[in-house]
Amino acid sequence: MSQDILNILKNAFPSAIVEQETETGDYLEIKPGEWFEIATFLHDTPELHFDSLQCITGVDWGPEAHLEVRYNLHSMKHKHKLEIRIVLDRETPEVPSVEKIWRVADWFEREVYDMYGIVFTGHRDLRRILLPDDWIGWPLRKDYETPETYHGIVVPKIKEEWE
Amino acid sequence: MVLNIGPQHPSTHGVLRLKVKTDGEIVSEITPIIGYLHRCFEKHCENLSYEQVIPYTDRCDYIASMNNNFGYVVAVEEMMGIEVPERVEFIRVIMAELNRIASHLLALGTYGLDIGAFTPFLYMFRDRERILDLLEMTCGARLLYNYMWVGGLSHDLPVGFVEAAYDFLDYFEPKVKEYNDLLTYNKIFIERTADIGVMPAEVAINYGVTGPNLRGSGVAWDLRKAEPYSVYDRFEFNIPVGQGIVGTVGDCWDRYWVRVQEMLESVKIVRQALQQMPSEGDVHAALPKKVRPPKGSIYKRTESPRGDLGYYIISTGKPVPYRVKMRSPAFTALSVLDEIARGWMISDVLAILGSLDIVLGEIDR
Amino acid sequence: MFENLPYPDLILWLLLAGLLLFGLMAVNALAAVYAERKISAFMQDRLGPMGQGAGFHAGKWGLLQTVADALKLILKEDIIPRAADRRLFIIAPYIIFIGAFIAISALPFSEYIQVIDINLGIFYLLAVCSLGVVGLITAGWASDNKWSLYGALRSAAQIVSYEIPAALSIIVVVMLTGTLDLQGIIRAQEGLIWGILPNWIIFNNPFTFLAFFIYFISGVAETNRTPFDIPEAESELVAGFHTEYSGMRWAFFFLSEYANMFIVCGIATVAFLGGWQSPVPGFLDSGGWGLFWFFAKLLSLIFVMIWFRWTFPRLRVDQLMGVAWKVLLPLALLNIFGVGLWSLYIG
Repeated sequence: MSQDILNILKNAFPSAIVEQETETGDYLEIKPGEWFEIATFLHDTPELHFDSLQCITGVDWGPEAHLEVRYNLHSMKHKHKLEIRIVLDRETPEVPSVEKIWRVADWFEREVYDMYGIVFTGHRDLRRILLPDDWIGWPLRKDYETPETYHGIVVPKIKEEWE
Repeated sequence: MVLNIGPQHPSTHGVLRLKVKTDGEIVSEITPIIGYLHRCFEKHCENLSYEQVIPYTDRCDYIASMNNNFGYVVAVEEMMGIEVPERVEFIRVIMAELNRIASHLLALGTYGLDIGAFTPFLYMFRDRERILDLLEMTCGARLLYNYMWVGGLSHDLPVGFVEAAYDFLDYFEPKVKEYNDLLTYNKIFIERTADIGVMPAEVAINYGVTGPNLRGSGVAWDLRKAEPYSVYDRFEFNIPVGQGIVGTVGDCWDRYWVRVQEMLESVKIVRQALQQMPSEGDVHAALPKKVRPPKGSIYKRTESPRGDLGYYIISTGKPVPYRVKMRSPAFTALSVLDEIARGWMISDVLAILGSLDIVLGEIDR
Repeated sequence: MFENLPYPDLILWLLLAGLLLFGLMAVNALAAVYAERKISAFMQDRLGPMGQGAGFHAGKWGLLQTVADALKLILKEDIIPRAADRRLFIIAPYIIFIGAFIAISALPFSEYIQVIDINLGIFYLLAVCSLGVVGLITAGWASDNKWSLYGALRSAAQIVSYEIPAALSIIVVVMLTGTLDLQGIIRAQEGLIWGILPNWIIFNNPFTFLAFFIYFISGVAETNRTPFDIPEAESELVAGFHTEYSGMRWAFFFLSEYANMFIVCGIATVAFLGGWQSPVPGFLDSGGWGLFWFFAKLLSLIFVMIWFRWTFPRLRVDQLMGVAWKVLLPLALLNIFGVGLWSLYIG
């Protein structure tokens, strides 16, 4: 992420940006509130032109900590990248949906919802995608407990040690 | 009328269900229902060490396992900052490109089958067998290789591989003309695929469609050129893009044609790699004692036969990854189906689905 | 042939003829399936059914493969879906089969061998050939399966459409020979034309040459074979109208499909290729050789059909109708005028 992108964003949304830092990649942490507007801005501004949403990753930082959504954006025109991170409250994880901006987010958000129970407000069709509709729980959360049975089928226990 | 195409159907390429609303033959709405092959790849990864994840990546896109291995090890190596010996890089590229040819052969053959042409399918399988033989010669497995390791390879190339690979390339190149005569320029095939399921470039980008499907829409985007990983920057090859030779840019025929051309480009890359490859070198030289990437995260994309294959890996400094997310190209390719196939006939929907070249193992993970 | 026989003899004769015809249909299907397997195998760079080693296997060159297939079909469980319309479901394969059977009985295998020789022969054949479609629709409807229904409706549309160009190109033959009697049509094709070519209708003039191809293409469509196999298009409709059938009932569909190929090629042979006439007059054209020539011509046409199947992709349903109504039908109509004018002014 070049400094220019950061400056443009800072000028447009002074209050939404939480922190920016370089670790192994460049990222930008923002508050969930204005995410839809920021996303629209990222997509529509000619200098930014992030027309491609590469990936949405949900992360769970443990039962005591928070949930997180990470968006990897890419611009086919300017060939620059940006990672957006949004930290969410564990009890009521809600974040605005961006599937109206990048249609690919439709299925990505459904997948994150399916696995983490993060609700994307404004999504037109937020259902489970990979798991059956009647599945209980959010499997990729760290505190998820494997059910003992599913529709009468016994779920085999995970073996701790190799036999 | 609501029609269920699948989960058991001859041309869903796996276990996929399409809930299709039809008005006679015309399709008005398509809802893909996926997840029949879901086996929690990402949950598994959180309980396995970094090395143990590699065989699981094999099983995601089982048509092009080498490329899946490749993407994963490249991501982990970049996190750990490992310099891989040159010979390893070349062998990886050779394997990945051979696997790409095999994958495209399967895609094209089954596409012919979707259109109703049976013979090209067997021609392509005959040639795919020879690639599988080469891969089997290298690592003993024909489909799920676990060949690329973090920092190296499981084995060095066997004796006689280079000659066998050259033999194959010499054999294979003229065969492409055979496919073209038999299927690509067949009048009925063109009637069935040209101007069908046109995907404009903006739609493709907006839906995150990548790989041959995006190039079929006329966008010259290939990660091997755009963000060269491994040693791809040392080879000369072209990026074939859809030109609408028999129809509109971005139709089914273009996507098909791009794959045919890509096989020839892969042949070029393999030839160059075989020539430039250092003949000596220990493929185990850079294997780390412990695979423990430093704290942090990475999103690394590589070009698999189906498009941008991304791995999002979060490490907390432990030998077990905290989170591995796989961004599968077929997943996004399937999501565009409703957009481009709406309003066409049932036969066309299956033709469009086939032209997107999806692998359900990768979509469902 | 039978009109003058006393009553009990007549019944015996009819039974015998029926059995022979049934045998012919069965043998035809067995041989055609074997041919299809082997020809497709050679076209696809593989061996096809091969018997190997000792023990229970498919015989030399896999010759017993189709016998094994038939055995399997007979022994298979007969499944009738619970939701199906039982009576119609059971009766449908027989309707199709009867359509094929009564058509095959009118084919002139040689100058002397023909089960029913009616003076409206070719008209009769065209009429009963389309009987099969009733069976198809019945099967599709009775199965209570959406794929079957799609297959049946497509098939009905297709067969009805392709009947028209087929019939119109046969009219050309009737115009030239002046008879509807099959033996009469064949006899009219005796001798040579222009000194070198046999006087078959296909060589009579350019228009009849075209008519033959129109008929043959329509014939391929009528038998639901690739590239016109949309009623059972495997990759789209699973198996079309016979999705729900298994065992013997399915075998009847299968038998009828190959019988239909036989009939269509038979009509083409009679109407355009001189039936049992030898290609060189006076050469091997005595008694039994008629049978040989008839089958030689017919089987080479069947070979062409098999060749089509393993070469072409499948057309889409609207393209298929387009070919019938926009290409073949106008051409066939033009042909009638063409042949009429040709025979008035040139021939």
